[in-house]
Amino acid sequence: MAKITLSNLRHSYLPSPAGPEDYALKEIDLDWQDGGAYALLGPSGCGKSTLLNIISGLLVPSEGRILFDDRDVTDLPPDQRNIAQVFQFPVIYDTMTVRDNLAFPLRNRGVAEAKIAERVAEIAEMLDVQEMLDTRAAHLSPDNKQKISMGRGLVRDDVNVVMFDEPLTVIDPHLKWKLRSKLKELHQRVRATMIYVTHDQTEALTFADQVVVMQDGEIVQIGTPVELFERPQHTFVGHFIGSPGMNVLPALELEGVILFEGHQIAFEGAVKGTGGHTEVGIRPEFVSLSDAGLPAQVRKVSDVGRHAVVEAMVGNTPVKAIVEGEVPPQGDTVHLAFRTDQTRLYRDGWIATEASR
Amino acid sequence: MKTENQKAWFFVLPVLFLVAFNALVPIMTVVNYSVQETFGNNLFFWQGLDWFEQILRSDRFHAALGRQFLFTGMILAIEIPLGIIIALAMPRKGIWVSVCLVLMALPMLIPWNVVGAMWNIFALPKVGMLGYFMNDVLGVRYDMTQDPLAAWITIIVMDVWHWTSLVVLLCYAGLVSIPDAYYQAAKIDGASPWKVFRYIQLPKMKTVLTIAILLRFMDSFNIYTEPFVLTGGGPGNSTTLLSIDLVKIALGQFDLGPAAAMSLIYFAITLLVSWLFYTLMTKDDQK
Repeated sequence: MAKITLSNLRHSYLPSPAGPEDYALKEIDLDWQDGGAYALLGPSGCGKSTLLNIISGLLVPSEGRILFDDRDVTDLPPDQRNIAQVFQFPVIYDTMTVRDNLAFPLRNRGVAEAKIAERVAEIAEMLDVQEMLDTRAAHLSPDNKQKISMGRGLVRDDVNVVMFDEPLTVIDPHLKWKLRSKLKELHQRVRATMIYVTHDQTEALTFADQVVVMQDGEIVQIGTPVELFERPQHTFVGHFIGSPGMNVLPALELEGVILFEGHQIAFEGAVKGTGGHTEVGIRPEFVSLSDAGLPAQVRKVSDVGRHAVVEAMVGNTPVKAIVEGEVPPQGDTVHLAFRTDQTRLYRDGWIATEASR
Repeated sequence: MKTENQKAWFFVLPVLFLVAFNALVPIMTVVNYSVQETFGNNLFFWQGLDWFEQILRSDRFHAALGRQFLFTGMILAIEIPLGIIIALAMPRKGIWVSVCLVLMALPMLIPWNVVGAMWNIFALPKVGMLGYFMNDVLGVRYDMTQDPLAAWITIIVMDVWHWTSLVVLLCYAGLVSIPDAYYQAAKIDGASPWKVFRYIQLPKMKTVLTIAILLRFMDSFNIYTEPFVLTGGGPGNSTTLLSIDLVKIALGQFDLGPAAAMSLIYFAITLLVSWLFYTLMTKDDQK
C-alpha cells in the first residue's frame, strides 16, 4: 500500500499535440492518501479512464510523473507497479475454475501453494463465493464474474492500489447496490487504497470518502460528498451532482450589486473579484416558497415521491425548488426565497463568494 | 387474429426440389449402383452387399485409405499450428492489417486446378524454378515424377501454401474479437506470454479452430484436383489418394458397382470422423 502522487500530469493521444484542446488530460496534480476510498467522477470522455490507465501503467503519460510513496513508477509496466484493476466488463479466465482464477495472480508471482490456498479461502469468504470455488468460471452470472475479477485484484495483500473502472456497468440494477455495499465493506476490511471511476454520482458518493470531479481533462473539485453537495467550487459540480442539479442563473453585475432578473441577490459572504461571466448558484433544496421574495410563475410540478420539484419562471429564467408538503397548482404566482448562506456567485464558472462563518 | 393454413409448404418446395436433385437423387443413384452389377445395355443384376465386402477387403482400398489419412494428418499437423502462429504474429491495427489480409487471401482465390498446374511447373526438374534450384543449384536430387518422397513433399507443401491462409484468417478473426481489457488484466495479473496464449487466446479461438480443423479435414480428405493435376497419383501409386483411386475405378475401369460402394464407404468415413471430432470438441460447452 502506498501514497500515490501525480505531478504535472498531461496526456494526449495525438503524437504532437498543438493546443490544450488536443490533450485528454490537461494538468493533473493530485495526491491519493494511503488507504483512502476515492471516486473519480465525471461525464463520459472527461479523461477519467485515461487517468486510471496512467496510474495502472497501461498508458504512459505524455508529460509528468507518477510516484508511489516517492518512488517514480512512470516508466514501469503494470505488473511491476503492484496494482490491481477491475474493468468495466468482467475479465475472467473462462477455462479455469473460480479457485484457479483467484489464485492466478499469486501463481504468476511464484507465491507458495500453501499461502495461495490461505489467501484464496480468505478472499472467497469475503466475497461470499465459497460454494462456487470449484465450478468453471465461464458458467457464472455477470455479477459473480465481476466479483471474481474483484477477487483477483484483492487476493494479493501487498497491492498499492485497487482501481475500478465503472465496474457495475453490466450488472443488473437490483444487484448493483448489493455489490456496491460489498465494495464498501471490502474497503473497510482490507484498507487498501481504492479508486473508483464512474459517471454515476450515486455510485461515487456512496463509495468514496473523497470524490474527485473531472471535466474536459481537468479536475474541477476534490472533496467529501458533503462538500461537493454543499459548496460546489464550480457550476459544473453543482450541476452534475444532485438531483435535480443546482440552479445556475444568469446574473448582472452593476456597480457591485448583483441582479438576477432585476432583483438584487444576497450572498453567503463577500463577493470576490470583478468582471467575467457571472452566475448565481443555488441548490433547489435551498429555494423555498414564501410570502415575500422573487415573484415567479409555476410552470411545472413533478412529484418524485418524498417531495416535489417545482419549476417556476422568474422573468424568463426557470428556477427549481424542492417543496415538501403542499404544492401550488401550475400557473400560480408564487414567491421564491433563496437561503442566503447557500446562495453563491460564480464568475466564469468558478466560485466567487467568501464562505459564511 | 391468427390464421392457419398450409401456405408455408409452398415456400419450402423450391428448396426441397433443389436438395432432392443435387443431393438425394444422386446419392440414391449411387446406392442403387452399389448393390448391382451391370454389363452395359442398361442391364442390371442384383449383387447384394458383395461390392462393399470386396472393397473393404481389398488391399488397394486399404492402401489408398492409409495414404489419405497420412496426407490429411500431415497437412493438419502443419497447417493448424502454422496458422495459429501466423495469426498471432499479424498486426492488430494500422495499414498493415489490410496488406496482410489480402496477401493471406490470395492463395485461396486461385482455382484448384491452376494451383496444381502452377506447382507442377514450379517443381519440375530442369523446367521449374523450384526443380532447377534444388537439383542444379543446391545439388539435391529432387524429382517428383520419379521419387515418391519428393512427390509427397510437393503435394503437402502445395496444400500448406494453398490452405494455411484459411486457418490464419479464422484464427485472426477469433483473436481480434478479444477485448483489450483481457490483455490489460493479464498484464496486471503478471501473466507470461505463454499463459496469455494458453488461458486467453486459445480459449477464445476454440470455436473458430474447431471450424478450421473441421473444414480442413473434410476438404483435404476429399481432395482431388490439386494432386491429380500435380502428380496424377504417381509415381506409381504413391500419391493415389482415395478420390483419385475412386475416379480411376469409376471412370477409368468403368466398374460402377465397386466404385459406388467405395464412394458410400468414403462418405461414411468422412461423416463419422467429422461427427466424432465435432462432438468431442463441443462436449465441454454442453455442461
